[in-house]
Amino acid sequence: MYKYDQYDNKILQQRIAQFRNQMERFLAGELAPEEFLPLRLQNGLYIQRLAPMLRINVPYGMINSRQLRHLAYITRRFDKGYCHVTTRQNIQLHWPELSDVPDILAELAKVEMHCTQSSGNCVRNITSDQFAGVTQDEIVDPRPYCEIIRQWSHFHPEFAFLPRKFKIAITGSEQDRAAIQVHDIGLQLVRSDAGEIGFKVYVGGGLGRTPVIASLIREFLPQEQILPYLEAILRIYNQLGRRDNKFRARIKILVRALGPDVFAQKVEEEFEYMKDGSNILTEEEIERAKSFFTEPPYETLDDASAQAQVDAQAADNRAFSKWLQRNVRAHRVPGYSSVTLSLKPTGVAPGDATDRQLEIIADLADTYSFGEARTTREQNMVLADVKKTDLFELWQQLKQAGFATPNIGSLTDIVACPGGDFCSLANAKSIPIAEAIQRQFDDLDYVYDLGDLDLNISGCMNACGHHHIGHIGILGVDKKGEEFYQVQLGGSAANDARLGTVLGPSFGADEVPEVIQKIIDVYVENRTDEEQFIDTYQRLGNQPFKERVYAKAS
Amino acid sequence: MPKLVKDGAIVDNEWTLMAKPEDAPEAVEVPAGQVIVPLSVWQAQQEKLQTRNDIGVWLNSDEAPEALQDAVQKLPLIALHFPLFSDGRPFSSARLLRDRYGFKGELRAVGHVIRDQMCYLRRCGVNAFDFGDQDINLEEAVKSLDDFTEYYQASHDQPLPLFRRRVS
Ligand code: SF4
Repeated sequence: MYKYDQYDNKILQQRIAQFRNQMERFLAGELAPEEFLPLRLQNGLYIQRLAPMLRINVPYGMINSRQLRHLAYITRRFDKGYCHVTTRQNIQLHWPELSDVPDILAELAKVEMHCTQSSGNCVRNITSDQFAGVTQDEIVDPRPYCEIIRQWSHFHPEFAFLPRKFKIAITGSEQDRAAIQVHDIGLQLVRSDAGEIGFKVYVGGGLGRTPVIASLIREFLPQEQILPYLEAILRIYNQLGRRDNKFRARIKILVRALGPDVFAQKVEEEFEYMKDGSNILTEEEIERAKSFFTEPPYETLDDASAQAQVDAQAADNRAFSKWLQRNVRAHRVPGYSSVTLSLKPTGVAPGDATDRQLEIIADLADTYSFGEARTTREQNMVLADVKKTDLFELWQQLKQAGFATPNIGSLTDIVACPGGDFCSLANAKSIPIAEAIQRQFDDLDYVYDLGDLDLNISGCMNACGHHHIGHIGILGVDKKGEEFYQVQLGGSAANDARLGTVLGPSFGADEVPEVIQKIIDVYVENRTDEEQFIDTYQRLGNQPFKERVYAKAS
Repeated sequence: MPKLVKDGAIVDNEWTLMAKPEDAPEAVEVPAGQVIVPLSVWQAQQEKLQTRNDIGVWLNSDEAPEALQDAVQKLPLIALHFPLFSDGRPFSSARLLRDRYGFKGELRAVGHVIRDQMCYLRRCGVNAFDFGDQDINLEEAVKSLDDFTEYYQASHDQPLPLFRRRVS
């Protein structure tokens, strides 16, 4: 993992001092609320429906056991003893005291954590693949580049007051697990025919009110040119992005208005001025960044015998076998696996973890996974480097701690935003809907048999729950002051990223579980042996689902 | 005389900021003395105004610095106007004026600029801050110029990014 040096620490301390001063001036009435607003947002602080909310960055999802333990302490001391993992791999506190926030930032800094630009109209936390560095389909490990871009974006003097928020995601694998095509900038690491490392650059994707799949504007950008190229995109956006209407201010609107070709051309023209500047990465800097993400001390293991042991354990224990299939993933190194900890047991808000659970994850990371863990876009956590021969023991401990629900990637691994229970922008609640669906599908064997299925819930059009790219997406809408839910089908966050299609008129909260059941029934009745839900949907289209869901009772 | 922050010090504001004219810009009379005129007046009366050495020009946030063309080399002062502090376009304008068009004179932020933007604006090349009639304690505000003294990125004040300067 990246380690802070004197420079990183100095910059972060200066930021905390700056924010402490701003908070004091705000509390003393010397800084107007509307002027304080973007300043506090750029330090992760929202003022929500019930209490302030603080969003803590987990840069590209990497977190170590020391940080997890300190977070546990922070949730106890400053909050109600739990936190929430978000779809941008961040961690949120929902009950801090406003005036405590500078102290919380100081505590976070002790373990090299922060809330820098986790919100506001600036470059946000960089997100990436939770299996970076360990996945078999990796082309290039994205994490060194994530860190380089993290540093470039933090406290960038030119881009702190953009028209709107700005999200960058990076993947280095064949399979895109970072949903890069629904980000303001999506970067895909690639190798040229000559073996050089570079980026495919996508721009103008996004969810929210106007969901758009990003446009490819550069087929191959040599790695050393990444910072000036990003700077060129941001400068064009800062100058030309709309500022008259908050809902038309994202870069996707600009890219659409100009057309991707014209936008790309403007970027290239701007880039011409910058491409020989000091922002070109040096070989030493790329090497320095890579030096933080070297392999942990893996043992040389006999994969076949480790696998034989696991298979034997699985043959004896169905529950373990299911968990293996759903929550354990192949690793690049023989004898190792990656394990996803489900933060989605029924009855717990998706992504919530208690202080004690954070400490348990820290302990398990220390014992089984070189002291590191990761957060995921699907609001779960990962231990990336577990020996196969440890899996059975780990599973037993995960079961005790409530992390072993064998539902990763399945219907009950629901992605949901905090929604109306916490968020002041919400049209409707999302957490109780998630729970009602989990209760409807409480038969583990049945859910297991349904296979891969992404169900995403957002409490309003801002789409923090990524409902457009769920195979099944649920959106909270407001109808004359009452909470209703619109259902869409067929979205995808994968390489063939696509947006879901609305099924029809919305439903009351109590109808939702049954509607989902009908949709699932259509799938189960029509699927072929190899088909996952999304395949059947793509073959059949919306119609059969629509007919079933809206059929009049006869 | 009203005060402003310039090059880190609190000094008299010797320039008058001329509002955008309601009439045709070629018709307005630019008074004697140090005056910062709106871009439209500059463009309409450039021939006359460029003979004076006490004329500056202000750009609104939606006016790009390209509009000044070669005048950038000669003007003693350019002001960047914030209609609203959260309108971040002047940050890019400042960098373009300094780094691309080579502006050497006084680069002044005017309008609804706030103290908490001073450090970043200084980094982008702004060296003077006129808070207008906002109620601001300048002695306190000036401290914000150095909210940060170390930076990751290259910018106008520090042309080398940290990665080219880092010593471990
Ligand atoms: S989607 Fe809407 S309700 Fe949900 S967290 Fe985002 S803004 Fe709040």
